[in-house]
Amino acid sequence: MRYSAFSLFRETLNKHRGWKPTWRDATPKSTYDVIIIGGGGHGLATAYYLAKEHGLTNIAVLEKGWLGSGNIGRNTTIIRSNYLLPGNQAFYELSMKLWEGLEQELNYNAMVSQRGVLNLFHSDGQRDTYARRANSMRLHGVHSALLDADEVRRMVPILGFEEARFPIKGGLWQARGGTARHDAVAWGYAHAADMRGVDIVQNCQVTGFLREGGRVVGVETSRGKIRARKVGMSVAGSSSRVAAMADLRLPIESQVLQAFVSEGIKPKIPCVVTYGAGHFYISQSDKGGLVFGGDLDGYNSYAQRGNLPTVEHVLEAGMSMMPSIGRVRMLRSWGGIMDMTMDGSPIIDRTPVEGLYLNGGWCYGGFKATPAAGWCFAHLIARNEPHPSAAAMRLDRFATGHILNENGRGAQPNLH
Amino acid sequence: MRIDCPHCGSRDIQEFVYRGDASVSRPDPDGEDALKHFVDAVHLRTNPAGFHSEHWYHSGGCRSWVTVVRDTLTHEIESVGFANEEIDR
Ligand SMILES: Cc1cc2nc3c(=O)[nH]c(=O)nc-3n(C[C@H](O)[C@H](O)[C@H](O)COP(=O)(O)OP(=O)(O)OC[C@H]3O[C@@H](n4cnc5c(N)ncnc54)[C@H](O)[C@@H]3O)c2cc1C
Ligand SMILES: [Zn+2]
Repeated sequence: MRYSAFSLFRETLNKHRGWKPTWRDATPKSTYDVIIIGGGGHGLATAYYLAKEHGLTNIAVLEKGWLGSGNIGRNTTIIRSNYLLPGNQAFYELSMKLWEGLEQELNYNAMVSQRGVLNLFHSDGQRDTYARRANSMRLHGVHSALLDADEVRRMVPILGFEEARFPIKGGLWQARGGTARHDAVAWGYAHAADMRGVDIVQNCQVTGFLREGGRVVGVETSRGKIRARKVGMSVAGSSSRVAAMADLRLPIESQVLQAFVSEGIKPKIPCVVTYGAGHFYISQSDKGGLVFGGDLDGYNSYAQRGNLPTVEHVLEAGMSMMPSIGRVRMLRSWGGIMDMTMDGSPIIDRTPVEGLYLNGGWCYGGFKATPAAGWCFAHLIARNEPHPSAAAMRLDRFATGHILNENGRGAQPNLH
Repeated sequence: MRIDCPHCGSRDIQEFVYRGDASVSRPDPDGEDALKHFVDAVHLRTNPAGFHSEHWYHSGGCRSWVTVVRDTLTHEIESVGFANEEIDR
């Protein structure tokens, strides 16, 4: 079913009785050309681009729960391309360009809102660091601006400027960054992939790999064996668990990240704001709720729920950036499992096992990457060679020393 | 989460610093394929869903390193001991 102003008008007259499900709840076939494990944003986007850009039609996405039950439905929805390193920046800018045309491409309203991303700085050293990042962005053809304190104050007057513990000196501004409606991104890719014949199979957990002569030739699932010429893993926080079924160990620790939403208030925060004197970031949803988060809990976890000290820590950072937040009631908090890599950057690569491909290690930043991760992973699977924009995201970079470490910290996942 | 430090008793997790997988050991620098083993020891992790043996540093207390066996699915702690007493495990 295609969505348009006309279909809305027609259904209004029809008292909205004619809407069909956005995608088919498919039953798995016995054989596919490509199987993608994981029905999150990345898996669905990969399937869509495999069908659209590479002409494959016999594709399945296998999801152990329901579509969108993973991190795609748990994140704080920030999209941006303000990275420092060449190996990352080109990739995230590709993603930003895809976001800009996404809704027309998918025929689905993903509420992409380029409201801007503002990274605050509070010291001379931080200003220099952000100036360097702003310049690196510009060298990649991406617009950036360095704002002074007055410009920040005009933009977001509600921040704590008076007698602040860490006075705001300015900010790095990317006007094209912003937010998107996370669930709608999953639903939109599912809708568009389904229209191209992709089978989206829910409640189908992959429990093992079928192998012949070392090569992966399919998967074992809770709904039986399914064969495929190629298998791609796109399981976010479960990367190590699924890779272990193919006897692989990854440079990943799974850790929990929490997010929070407040009651709805009048529009106060026009863009995404990140704090420079603590780990805290915030935006305001279209319903008015303040959506915010901060540090990882910081230890291995598959619990999908966090601990209270981190809640306290995040809220303290929020209070010091924006004291008035203390007057707002918090509605909900939740957690998601991050596949934290040793250098804080993702992996899109072949694996040592033939026929098996890996898209993972997205840490806490994979939502913004959804379109480009799908685009580049589809390219890798279809052509068996990396897409130029993701060529640095190799699995063997830890052995060769070509790591992608944005913040320059060591091989300790909870520091990235 | 609370950790039962063998020296200080039950303490809040905020007193501790996480130091990662305790099953990793330093490879023999003179051994065969030493470089490969070092690369693996620094980067590769089993990352289990279930019991995980891990180091915590009691920075806000006695400053001991402790080895904690904890279920990563539930946060339940099975055992805690001084790290240096478990080194041969
Ligand atoms: C609290 C929080 C805030 C975040 N904020 C941001 C942000 O502001 N900006 C940003 O860019 N990123 C953010 N992220 C990160 C982002 O959400 C993830 O990196 C991204 O969603 C991961 O890709 P995905 O959508 O494919 O993952 P998921 O939606 O998790 O998809 C993976 C799927 O694989 C399935 N699966 C796992 N194992 C199996 C199996 N054996 N068989 C079948 N299926 C399986 C899971 O059920 C899951 O649905 C945040 C994450 C969290 C938790
Ligand atoms: Zn102690």
